[in-house]
Amino acid sequence: MLAVYRTDGDVRGTAGTTTSKKGDIMNKKTGWTKITISALALCALLILAACNKKEETPASTPAAETPAASAPAATPIDPATVATINGTVKFDGTAPKASKIDMSQDPGCKGTNEAENELVTGGDLANVFVYVKDGLGNRTFDVPKDPVVLDQQGCRYHPHVLGVMAGQTVQIKNDDPTTHNIHPTPKDNREWNESQPPSSPAIEKSFAREEIMLPVKCNQHPWMKMYINVVKNPFYAVTGKDGKYEIKGLPPGDYTIAFVQEKLGEEDQKVTVAAKETKTVDQGFKAAAE
Amino acid sequence: MDGAGCAHHATCSALLSQGRSRSLRRPPDPRGSTLKAIATAYNRGHHRLAVILAGWTFLLIIAGALVTSNDAGLSVPDWPTSFGSLYKIPKLVGGVKFEHTHRMIAQVAGLLTIILAIWTWRVEKRRWMRVLGFAALGTVIAQGILGGLTVRFFLPPPISSAHAALAQTFFCIAVAMALFTGRKWVEEQPRVEFDQRRPSLFTLTLLSIFVLYVQLILGAMFRHHGLSWWPHVVHAVVVAAVLAWTSIRALTVYPQIEAVRRPAILTLSLVIAQLGLGFTAFLTRVSWGRDAVQPELPMVLATVAHVAVGALLLAITVILAIQVWRHVPIAFEERVPQAQRDPSAA
Repeated sequence: MLAVYRTDGDVRGTAGTTTSKKGDIMNKKTGWTKITISALALCALLILAACNKKEETPASTPAAETPAASAPAATPIDPATVATINGTVKFDGTAPKASKIDMSQDPGCKGTNEAENELVTGGDLANVFVYVKDGLGNRTFDVPKDPVVLDQQGCRYHPHVLGVMAGQTVQIKNDDPTTHNIHPTPKDNREWNESQPPSSPAIEKSFAREEIMLPVKCNQHPWMKMYINVVKNPFYAVTGKDGKYEIKGLPPGDYTIAFVQEKLGEEDQKVTVAAKETKTVDQGFKAAAE
Repeated sequence: MDGAGCAHHATCSALLSQGRSRSLRRPPDPRGSTLKAIATAYNRGHHRLAVILAGWTFLLIIAGALVTSNDAGLSVPDWPTSFGSLYKIPKLVGGVKFEHTHRMIAQVAGLLTIILAIWTWRVEKRRWMRVLGFAALGTVIAQGILGGLTVRFFLPPPISSAHAALAQTFFCIAVAMALFTGRKWVEEQPRVEFDQRRPSLFTLTLLSIFVLYVQLILGAMFRHHGLSWWPHVVHAVVVAAVLAWTSIRALTVYPQIEAVRRPAILTLSLVIAQLGLGFTAFLTRVSWGRDAVQPELPMVLATVAHVAVGALLLAITVILAIQVWRHVPIAFEERVPQAQRDPSAA
């Protein structure tokens, strides 16, 4: 029995004392000098504070954002009993036409580009982040050592929607002959903004806290937007162009599965899976009200 | 009301020239009177530099508006350097084209302000003008710091909005300096007519500046995602009403004073233009461009024009206020104790 819950909230996250006598020119001058010096000192402090910010912020290494090393050991899961949830996410209604993107402001951006905020192919909805939102209790999970890759190619992000565990490394590459800047705008994680010239080494980052649909953008190319989903468990997937997804290795139990789309919002389903069961859980999204 | 004009013409002149008080004890001379402004030499080069600075600042405001409208504020992630360098010009493509151009124009504006402040200090006899020159310099330094902070802190709406508001404040200072150094201001004998209406025209011009500042902050907060659009739109009605009241009062009561009439006509014209541009900006940004995947040209053009005309409107209103202060001083009745009114008590 499946129960459907709808949450219409926008999940995109937008995340000496001196006595001065009247006519006493010297004292007046001293007063003005003090004011000027104080103002200059304040300005200097502000500049210093701004310039030192880089040093104050934690180093942008994966380890710096990784949850404390003393995190509890992962709760063991019996591989013989694990279940699978799969399904298709559909778009109900007339599929929106993808907007063309004009990349003429940078000759380094080659090819054609279209908006990916609502990618519908034959009714199948791509780029939906599906994850186990609730039901895992106090279980803990090892953070994968392998990084997830975010590539910038053709002045677009690949993939458009990314799932990653909290503390897991995100490796960001630039395969374009132009400079990009990567600028996540989180609500619950630390914001940063770094430029990445062509042929430069990959930037490695991680996110410490769970956050769904964390927007990432490039201020060089304002059409470049993608979303990183930071979760605490490994049970997540992103729908492909065929709208399909699959979550494997799930221990038997009662769960809330969340389907999140950047523009259409979030839909939740309650689902129960038995040991070794493969359950199909489909989901539909209705067009956003204009 | 009895009597007319200044009781002692020389006293009035002195008061005006010292800029201490515009409150005169006697009602106005219906024929109008002329008072000599402070004697200071007109310096063509100095004035031209002030005019160039004002024009350059206007260009800077447009460049800043282009940065915001193209969402390019963080395309150069570092400050005060640009991609690690203080002097190298990066490849001007994408958002960098807007952000770095804005920084370069701002650097020139800073340099011009330093030169103008020093020049003003050296050539000006008017102490308040020397102070104004350094006030301009202090403002441009503060503005640069705000610009840097907004980059370092990832465009927080209050800092970005303060940066936008201080930009227009600096523009008003530059325009005022251009006005005060101009031949007309320095050499003309201003025609003066005392204002007996309440609220006075000068009060209205100050009110106009106040409502424009509020509107500027509301608009900046909206543009920088710190506030919804509706406070800016609702307050536009208040701004239009106050500015129309001020301009129409100036045009109907003091049409013979050119220095008041001209900015009043400009104010009224710019209010009408600004309302049209605001409506267009609303349509292209809030209504049509809500789901745009990238900044679209109509939205960018409408919004930048709206910001530019808004800056001009504020500057013209400041000029109107200054000219009203000079040409239409407030007259009020002398209020003295009864004992002192009695000639026998004197």
